[in-house]
Amino acid sequence: MLSPTDFCASGPAFLRRNRKNAEGTAIMRSQRFTFASRRLLQLIPVVLAIASFNFILIHLAPGDAADVIAGQSGYATLEDIEGLRQEFGLDKPLYQQYLIYVGKVLTFDLGFSWVQKTAVLTLILERLPATLILVFSAVAMAVGLGIVLGVVSATRRGTWTDTMVTVGALLFYATPAFWFGLMLIVFFSLKLDLLPSGGMLTIASGKTGFAYVADVAQHLILPSLTMALYYLAIYTRLMRASMLEVYNLDFVRTARAKGLSERTVAWRHAARNALLPVVTIAGLQIGHFMGGSVLVETIFGWPGLGRLVFDALLQRDANLLMGIFLISSVLVVLINLLADLIYGLLDPRITHK
Amino acid sequence: MIGWMEFWRLYRKNYGAVGGLFVLIAIVLVAVFAPVIYPVDPFEMVGRPISEPFGDFLLGTDVLGRDILAGLIHGARVSLMIGIVATLCATLVGVVFGALAGYYGGHIDDVLMRITEFFLTIPSFMLAILLVAIFSPSITTIVIAIAAVSWPSVARLTRAEFLTLRDREFVLAYRAMGMPDWQIILGHILPNAMPSIVVVSSLMVATAILTESGLSFLGLGDPNLSTWGHMVGVARGVLRTAWWMTAIPGLTILIAVLAINLIGEGLNDAMNPHLKVR
Repeated sequence: MLSPTDFCASGPAFLRRNRKNAEGTAIMRSQRFTFASRRLLQLIPVVLAIASFNFILIHLAPGDAADVIAGQSGYATLEDIEGLRQEFGLDKPLYQQYLIYVGKVLTFDLGFSWVQKTAVLTLILERLPATLILVFSAVAMAVGLGIVLGVVSATRRGTWTDTMVTVGALLFYATPAFWFGLMLIVFFSLKLDLLPSGGMLTIASGKTGFAYVADVAQHLILPSLTMALYYLAIYTRLMRASMLEVYNLDFVRTARAKGLSERTVAWRHAARNALLPVVTIAGLQIGHFMGGSVLVETIFGWPGLGRLVFDALLQRDANLLMGIFLISSVLVVLINLLADLIYGLLDPRITHK
Repeated sequence: MIGWMEFWRLYRKNYGAVGGLFVLIAIVLVAVFAPVIYPVDPFEMVGRPISEPFGDFLLGTDVLGRDILAGLIHGARVSLMIGIVATLCATLVGVVFGALAGYYGGHIDDVLMRITEFFLTIPSFMLAILLVAIFSPSITTIVIAIAAVSWPSVARLTRAEFLTLRDREFVLAYRAMGMPDWQIILGHILPNAMPSIVVVSSLMVATAILTESGLSFLGLGDPNLSTWGHMVGVARGVLRTAWWMTAIPGLTILIAVLAINLIGEGLNDAMNPHLKVR
């Protein structure tokens, strides 16, 4: 990983980008491709690890494995459960059971939700887009606002603005997200009647085209703000510290000596180079955002994976829970890969070896 | 190591940290002496349901007519205990992983760090939910679940500290003396790595309390205990009519977590003075 001090030796990233010739770009592209395919292969151990983890959980849980998979509230008939015992080879030795289970998971056969009477994978894929929209807008909000607030408070260090931002970040960092979401509903939906309190669309509005997008966006504001708050605090503090560090570097002094306005120095020179730690951490925290979707989607009735987790919890649908856990972990690894590729674009000096 | 007086002199400079310390001491005292200072059973229906604050009851009653203040005071015991115990477990596991990986390096390091990275990447809150849901909610499963999702950051930090310390002269000297590895690790490297570990652990108590409140908000709390998160969850049903019933326990979580975070920063200033950024 690069630390801001690495920029000292080689100058700002954006200057070097122009010096790249076509040949170098081609090499970089092929390197990036190899890197991407190698990273994709890393998915296999992750899937294996989670499958093993789920397998251990099923067998440690109280009751027969078939009961756990079928959901513990008697949604499946006795024949269903007997069928499960056959399917998973529960009369066979444990290692064979393990191989059967892992084989199923590796082919993305996540089984059947007896509670919802649908295949687990179908249920998950149905809910996935909503969660992705929510997570991406929350990440964008946290990173975008975090960068702006971080730069603003670093450039106005020691002033009231700086103090306000710092105190705000401390407060946000300590706020339980689910509670904050509920308070947002009280204030913006119930008292002011400005924004919808839940769901993803206005029911039976029949909107299409731009009106549809606007409707979703309106429903998205409160949930993504709720999800972003905690991370916004982290990124603001990180960006502020990173900016202050970059301010000490030679190229900033040079930019000032050239007579550039303080604004240009801060945003065009310092901020661009202070960005990397924030983007790195945000990329690593995608998994936390996904986890947070459970609380946020439950509060706002957002029809995504997190809400599905809550439903599965209420109905004691263990198989569905494990399926969601697996798919969302795979997703996080994929998004991390994407983030790594984006760093390469942000900073050409990062080579993917 | 620095003496206690020196420690306090450095800590005291951070006003926020001093304030946080006072708030936390107050919360701990209330939690410890809860049965004496406010002997009301948080599960007993003592009055009319949903009565507003500052009436018969200082903070009002909840949907079942239970005293909210009693819930907060007795909930403090659970939140603090879970936060501290889970952090201790996570720190223990993280230090063992990090120390072994950092001291021995090589294949041991590879294997242990792959495991750590795995736990860092996966959606941790979902893992916690899965663990608690499958083993049915109790204080033990909640502590285990929170520890299971928190240890990796300690492991990473401990490894980094061990990596820088293991080749220092004093360690080489002990090794040359023929001191066994475990004695070097426990007796000589660990104490030097401790300041950073203490800071991270203190901040982890706050995160653990947040995670616990999230779990019990979802109904994954110990059914025999009243917790802050659970109170928010219960009050959510009457958000439209009685928003304060949700606001009060949530605010309590915020204050407690904020106090612990402030203390963590103060500890950082006092224990790692060379790291202090401006």
